[in-house]
Amino acid sequence: MPEAAHRELTFAQAVREALAEEMRRDSRVCIFGEDVAEAGTPFKVLSGLVEEFGTERVVDTPISEAGFTGLAVGAAMTGLRPVVDIMFGDFITLTMDQMANQAAKVHYMSGGKWKVPMVMRTTLGATRRSAAQHSQSLHAWFSHVPGLKVVLPSTPYDAKGLLKTAIRDENPVVFFEDKMMHHKLKGPVPSEEYTIPFGVADVKRAGSDITLVATSSMVQVALGAAALLEAAGISAEVIDPRTTWPLDEASLIESARKTSRVIVMDEGYGRYGVTAEIAAVIAEGAFYDLDAPVKRMGAMHVPIPFSPPLEDATVPTEQSVFEAAQALCGRS
Amino acid sequence: MTTAAHHPEADSKISVEHWLRMYRQMVSIRLFEEQVNELYTRALMPGLAHLYAGEEAVAVGICEALRPDDYITSTHRGHGHCLAKGASPDRMFAELLGKEAGYCRGKGGSMHIADPATGNLGANAIVAGSVGIATGAAFSAKRLGTNQVAVCFFGEGALGQGVLYEVMNLAQLWKLPVIYVCENNLYTEYTHYSETTAGDIVARGAAFGLHAESVDGQDVRVVHDTATRLVERARQGQGPAFLCCNTYRYSGHHVGDINREYYRSKQEEQRWKSERDPIKLLGDWLSQQKFADSVLFDSIHSQVKSEMEKAVKFAIAAPYPSPEEVEQDVYA
Repeated sequence: MPEAAHRELTFAQAVREALAEEMRRDSRVCIFGEDVAEAGTPFKVLSGLVEEFGTERVVDTPISEAGFTGLAVGAAMTGLRPVVDIMFGDFITLTMDQMANQAAKVHYMSGGKWKVPMVMRTTLGATRRSAAQHSQSLHAWFSHVPGLKVVLPSTPYDAKGLLKTAIRDENPVVFFEDKMMHHKLKGPVPSEEYTIPFGVADVKRAGSDITLVATSSMVQVALGAAALLEAAGISAEVIDPRTTWPLDEASLIESARKTSRVIVMDEGYGRYGVTAEIAAVIAEGAFYDLDAPVKRMGAMHVPIPFSPPLEDATVPTEQSVFEAAQALCGRS
Repeated sequence: MTTAAHHPEADSKISVEHWLRMYRQMVSIRLFEEQVNELYTRALMPGLAHLYAGEEAVAVGICEALRPDDYITSTHRGHGHCLAKGASPDRMFAELLGKEAGYCRGKGGSMHIADPATGNLGANAIVAGSVGIATGAAFSAKRLGTNQVAVCFFGEGALGQGVLYEVMNLAQLWKLPVIYVCENNLYTEYTHYSETTAGDIVARGAAFGLHAESVDGQDVRVVHDTATRLVERARQGQGPAFLCCNTYRYSGHHVGDINREYYRSKQEEQRWKSERDPIKLLGDWLSQQKFADSVLFDSIHSQVKSEMEKAVKFAIAAPYPSPEEVEQDVYA
């Protein structure tokens, strides 16, 4: 096996490499955001890009999320392929008109004449001790809006391949990165060119007794829980939809029919969220093959608190998923 | 003050044919809106109709200073902008009636006419909704070196939206070729602008260092002269401008807004119509200069009238889109 096949990158390095490759490939690709240039963002995900591509293409903006997102919509309509950086996912609330009323609707409202090929990169995830306005996972908001595509990579490999696809897509795409993964999660990323299509779920671990559907930050939690379950004699399958829209409904239903038990995990709020949608898809598509109600595990329905023991209680853990899975399999 | 005294320079530069062309365009918008009123009151037009009558000199004076490939963004009161930028009345009416032959295949309607062929990035039904888009189009023009200019039309009601100030800041920082045209027609829906607007309107643009001025929006010669200067300035890389055009909305906020005396008097409306009508003002000047006479004006009116009647007939006879089209063009 060539050495390149064993190359490992962090999640942040994979994101940066995808951006750099697409910027080399297509001069229309440019980045807008707060402290994206010399600072490389507070998360240091973009470090080095301004040195290669210059401040013409890696553009520091004022703290004006609505303004520069709106500017990106217009720039996308008129020949550029902007990638906007919204530092904390909580700040997407400031861009809602630009994304939900403008970017998402321009193509449809114009009868298919104007297109908005832009990407919004932003973050999600709690447990960084950042309190209620820097910790939310709000991807369900965008998943609710026709005209947007929503990507939730869970590994460096997926992050690179999906971001390249996002940049080449002709539609507005929102790309959520778990900020806890940026520098902590490492994984194999081939040096050869590849992309990953949207709407294709990935089985992260095959199993036969229970399906753990997990997104983004919850994939690693699900894999940890699956290891605990294996030791307890339960074979868990972990499947990651990778995009909430388009959603690979067929693969999720197929896995549910195979195992007959399902837990859906997502770090967004459970109420009216991604877990609710996926659970409904599975209930509709696999009802007669299920041996238990579909269980949902998401962030607690509270503003994310600051105090560490309080914050940690809001998010599913390997142990809580392990216990829930055991109960669902009648083993508790 | 005589209107002729304002623009001796413009008078010498612009041919009589050009002024007559603008006269004809203003008549077209006026008679287009009369037909809309008729269609609406006869219940042939679904939805809402916000008429532009009274404000014709703004759209015509500015769009006549633009190249065909220059960009505009428009508003819910956008018929005048779209026509002045070159839209054809038959496809406009078809769109207003929700027909497949409309500019947006019937998916946009009165408030969302968009047309790449005439540089129309779209009318927008969110107040200030297009300020980001126009600024982004100017960013593309500068980045791609196309020498295009973007004009962002909005009413004085948009002065209440924060995103306007975000993008004016960006436009001035990056010296973008965009002109923010504030049409102050005095009423923010049903409320006089003085109740919603603190301070001085022009000072708001000037605060960011934009070249900012205000003009009599009923005098197409002044509007056109000023717009020509500001467009040239922007095209030469001298940056954005803010132009407040003082004008008046003859009708209510929308066609159904009939009893308006609780917010403005009939005498006020009559005064604007008899003393400050943009079509009459240009006609009077053309007559004084012996460039045209009532015979010519009458012939323009009757030509335009029959053109509008023909366009309405086309739209009424045109088929609706087939129901299968509902899911087309959600994504590119």
